[in-house]
Amino acid sequence: MFNYTFHWHQALRALPDMLWGALVTIEVAVLSMVLGIAFAVLLAVARMSANRLAYGAATTWIEVARNTPALFQIYMAHFGLGSFGIHLSPWWALLAGITFNNAGYLAETFRGALRAIPPTQTRAARSLGMGPLRAFWSVVMPQMFRISFPPMTNQMVWAILMTSLGLTVGLATDLAGVTQELNVRTFRTFEFFALAAVLYYLIAKAVMLGARLIAWRLFRY
Amino acid sequence: MIEIENVRKSFGPLEVLKGVSMRVEKGEVVTVIGGSGSGKSTLLTCINGLEPIQGGRITVDGTVVHDPKTDLNKLRQKIGIVFQQFNAFPHLTVLENVTLAPRKVLGMSREAADEIAVKQLSHVGLADKLMVYPSRLSGGQQQRMAIARALAMSPDYMLFDEVTSALDPQLVGEVLDTLRLLASEGMTMICVTHEMRFAREVSDRVAFFREGLIHEIGTPAQIFEAPEKPETAAFLKAAH
Ligand SMILES: Nc1ncnc2c1ncn2[C@@H]1O[C@H](COP(=O)(O)OP(=O)(O)OP(=O)(O)O)[C@@H](O)[C@H]1O
Ligand SMILES: [Mg+2]
Repeated sequence: MFNYTFHWHQALRALPDMLWGALVTIEVAVLSMVLGIAFAVLLAVARMSANRLAYGAATTWIEVARNTPALFQIYMAHFGLGSFGIHLSPWWALLAGITFNNAGYLAETFRGALRAIPPTQTRAARSLGMGPLRAFWSVVMPQMFRISFPPMTNQMVWAILMTSLGLTVGLATDLAGVTQELNVRTFRTFEFFALAAVLYYLIAKAVMLGARLIAWRLFRY
Repeated sequence: MIEIENVRKSFGPLEVLKGVSMRVEKGEVVTVIGGSGSGKSTLLTCINGLEPIQGGRITVDGTVVHDPKTDLNKLRQKIGIVFQQFNAFPHLTVLENVTLAPRKVLGMSREAADEIAVKQLSHVGLADKLMVYPSRLSGGQQQRMAIARALAMSPDYMLFDEVTSALDPQLVGEVLDTLRLLASEGMTMICVTHEMRFAREVSDRVAFFREGLIHEIGTPAQIFEAPEKPETAAFLKAAH
């Protein structure tokens, strides 16, 4: 009943290819995080603004991002937008989908953090002659990032794992894509996917470690 | 010169300032005393335009504060304000707290801003705390840092809102000394305070606030020795 022979050497020979795939995975995750943070800041501010249009748009984005499967969000970026004549390549669709998801989650994280910062901080900054943008940028935002740092780290790990959904839109160059290619060519499913899982695990751990270093370097107060 | 003319200010249905008029000349030190909730803090935040007003007019050196055409960021550069809660920026060192506005608002170089900051921080006795974060400072030190931070913008006016009332009694003295020093250097100041001895000692004039109005204003001798209004006398008696 159990007559599967492991062929690890075959998997290990494919390791360099998989590592190149891992690089694409990291690339997409990092970009989706940078873009996601930028959009999330805008969404969090819009969500707290009195402008009905900004509030409505931000709320819709956040609600959809947080309450629908990430898979659908990536699907929509590829096939959904395709129906409207906007054709994103698998790589771009994956980036767009994860960015959308990241931004939605981070926006709520940021909104919570902003509420924890006393409004007197802004008043003090404005009293020194800073405009609203400068006060936000130099006084409020750094404190917001500090409060949000642990959930941001989690989102980064989540973004890395989400990149594997690129498979569903036909991305073949990231770690999951490369692994799947090898799998169909060789049918050594277990070996390749186990090895890929180990790589995902190591990347995730590296992110956590890196985050701890960044926090230690950045948040001295 | 700061000119406050018949200023009215409400928070929703609550009228807090009911027609306040006062004039503060260059170089003058005016202290504001009065009961809790009488509108003292509100008046200060109206002077630098943090709060809108519903009536009357405030002018600073001829600039109408609440004129929509007034560049408030520019105006606030010459009106320093220090609050009861120190409002230190917790993510910045003492030096960075003080240099932030000179660099980002006035566009000074780091070197120039550092020089001014070190000078101001030495002035308030914090020269040895430059690289420390505010969380490591005592309340009195944080408050003196806030004063240095405002002074680093080289303001023409300073507004102080009960800057000692969040401090332990033994730390009050060091902050009041800083204010005395400033007053002796000719800074134009409006100080809201509960420290009657301080008010008596440094003020050119003392304004007694009551129910959103200046109930009585005069020299310390007039207000403290011979108040005209019975309410002023009663307040001073209770404050002792
Ligand atoms: N942002 C605000 N919204 C609503 N009401 C406010 C606000 N700020 C102050 N008030 C009210 O305005 C009144 C005057 O407040 P203010 O802080 O100016 O008094 P104060 O004279 O400074 O008192 P204290 O000596 O206690 O500091 C109070 O009744 C207060 O509750
Ligand atoms: Mg007050």
